[in-house]
Amino acid sequence: MIELHDVHKAFGSNQVLRGMTLTIPKGSSMVIIGGSGTGKSVALKCILGLIRPDAGTILLDGQNVAQADRDPFLARFGMLFQGGALFDSLTVWQNVAFRLLRGALKRPKEEARAIAIEKLRRVGLTPETADLYPAELSGGMQKRVGLARAIAADPEIIFFDEPTTGLDPIMAGVINELIREIVTEMGATAMTITHDMSSVRAIADNVAMLHAGKIRWTGPVADMDASGDPYLTQFITGSAEGPIEAVR
Amino acid sequence: MIFLHPVAAVGRSFLALLAIIGRVTLYLGATLSHLVRPPFYWREFLSALMTIGYFSLPVVGLTMVFTGGALALQIYSGGARFNAEAVVPQIVAIGIVRELGPVLTGLMVAGRVSAAIAAEIGTMKVTEQIDALVTLSTHPLKYLTVPRVLAATIVVPVLAAVGDTIGILGGYLVGTTRLGFNAATYLQNTADFLEAADIVSGLVKASVFGFIVALMGCYHGMNSGRGAQGVGRATTNAVVSASVLILASNYLLTELFF
Repeated sequence: MIELHDVHKAFGSNQVLRGMTLTIPKGSSMVIIGGSGTGKSVALKCILGLIRPDAGTILLDGQNVAQADRDPFLARFGMLFQGGALFDSLTVWQNVAFRLLRGALKRPKEEARAIAIEKLRRVGLTPETADLYPAELSGGMQKRVGLARAIAADPEIIFFDEPTTGLDPIMAGVINELIREIVTEMGATAMTITHDMSSVRAIADNVAMLHAGKIRWTGPVADMDASGDPYLTQFITGSAEGPIEAVR
Repeated sequence: MIFLHPVAAVGRSFLALLAIIGRVTLYLGATLSHLVRPPFYWREFLSALMTIGYFSLPVVGLTMVFTGGALALQIYSGGARFNAEAVVPQIVAIGIVRELGPVLTGLMVAGRVSAAIAAEIGTMKVTEQIDALVTLSTHPLKYLTVPRVLAATIVVPVLAAVGDTIGILGGYLVGTTRLGFNAATYLQNTADFLEAADIVSGLVKASVFGFIVALMGCYHGMNSGRGAQGVGRATTNAVVSASVLILASNYLLTELFF
């Protein structure tokens, strides 16, 4: 279980998180929605320790992440970055097997390659893609490789940062389906950040809306449309009229 | 109080300079600390050896052959003013080995490698690849900075040694074909005049310059701003700071050695 209690984070005079409190139950898929610049990615990076919060606590299974031993802590996570964040200088299989080729989870090269090819197959890519470089792949294929890398070491917790950004609706649907399937079959805890309401409906067990640095609404995805919260309703319908200013 | 504005500007610039020196010093300390702690990424180290060393050979070779030739002409012309044309082989050798070889190699590698490292790491930062490294339990400093800094520290002296040889060859070609020196005598004078200390001091300088080049490339890449403009600025800063530090440290090392 991941718990954020009253987390604050500012960059200079820009107060991004203003007391964010959220609980993500173990084995559930939480999707965080909210406008651009509301602090969704910052919250995710605070949990991973990529950014240090100014105040508040973040607990993973009851343990404060700020005091956790970094390597074992990070070994529990997999992450799909918005742009894929694949390493240009490495081939596809070396990207996928990155964690299996070095550090505590190191395996023999052949075994790591076999696992990478199996994970590539799981996300719908053929073994022929294994020896290509990321620059030779389309945007959708890069997302799939990023997804394969995120699940390569069978993590307990997977983060997805804008998994469908920049993809056509069909490819976005394919990625959404893959994420849902993989999270369910691995029994992992998932946290996804997205603006894409079709992703929310495909991926989420629970939804949280972040607005002005705080969680505005949270609940099961089934309750989202009938929440009665004007901010959430405006976000879901994509209306320019409502309490959220269109120009920010 | 408008007349104080220039003073305030100087003060702000000085404070900004001190802040940069502090950040670079911390980065240097962290790099050295990771250098002596496992794991060590051999693949990245070997790749950096190739990129920094082998692929810099053409530019260093061309720079040094022309410099050696021009130096021979200048010394001949200058020496003729007091009937000392015969010292061309000795002065070319000592000038190249002690000073021009390491400094020009350092500057050429700074232009080629420091910029490339800053651009590569800066782009990795902008595209979240550095964050991805962290989430994959890999320390960016250990994976990106340590192999490059170590490789440059080792390989730039080798480049300088090759550059020294090519520079002396440039002087030899001009000396024997344009200035009328006997080939065997030219080589004999060069060999007789050079001492081991000349060669070693030049190679130590080159090693320091290699360290500076890679450190500046990595530092500015890691601290790159967002977007293409941020990466561009990081690249420029890497080359400028590496070049200035090479020239400054060259003076200090020369004071130390001689």
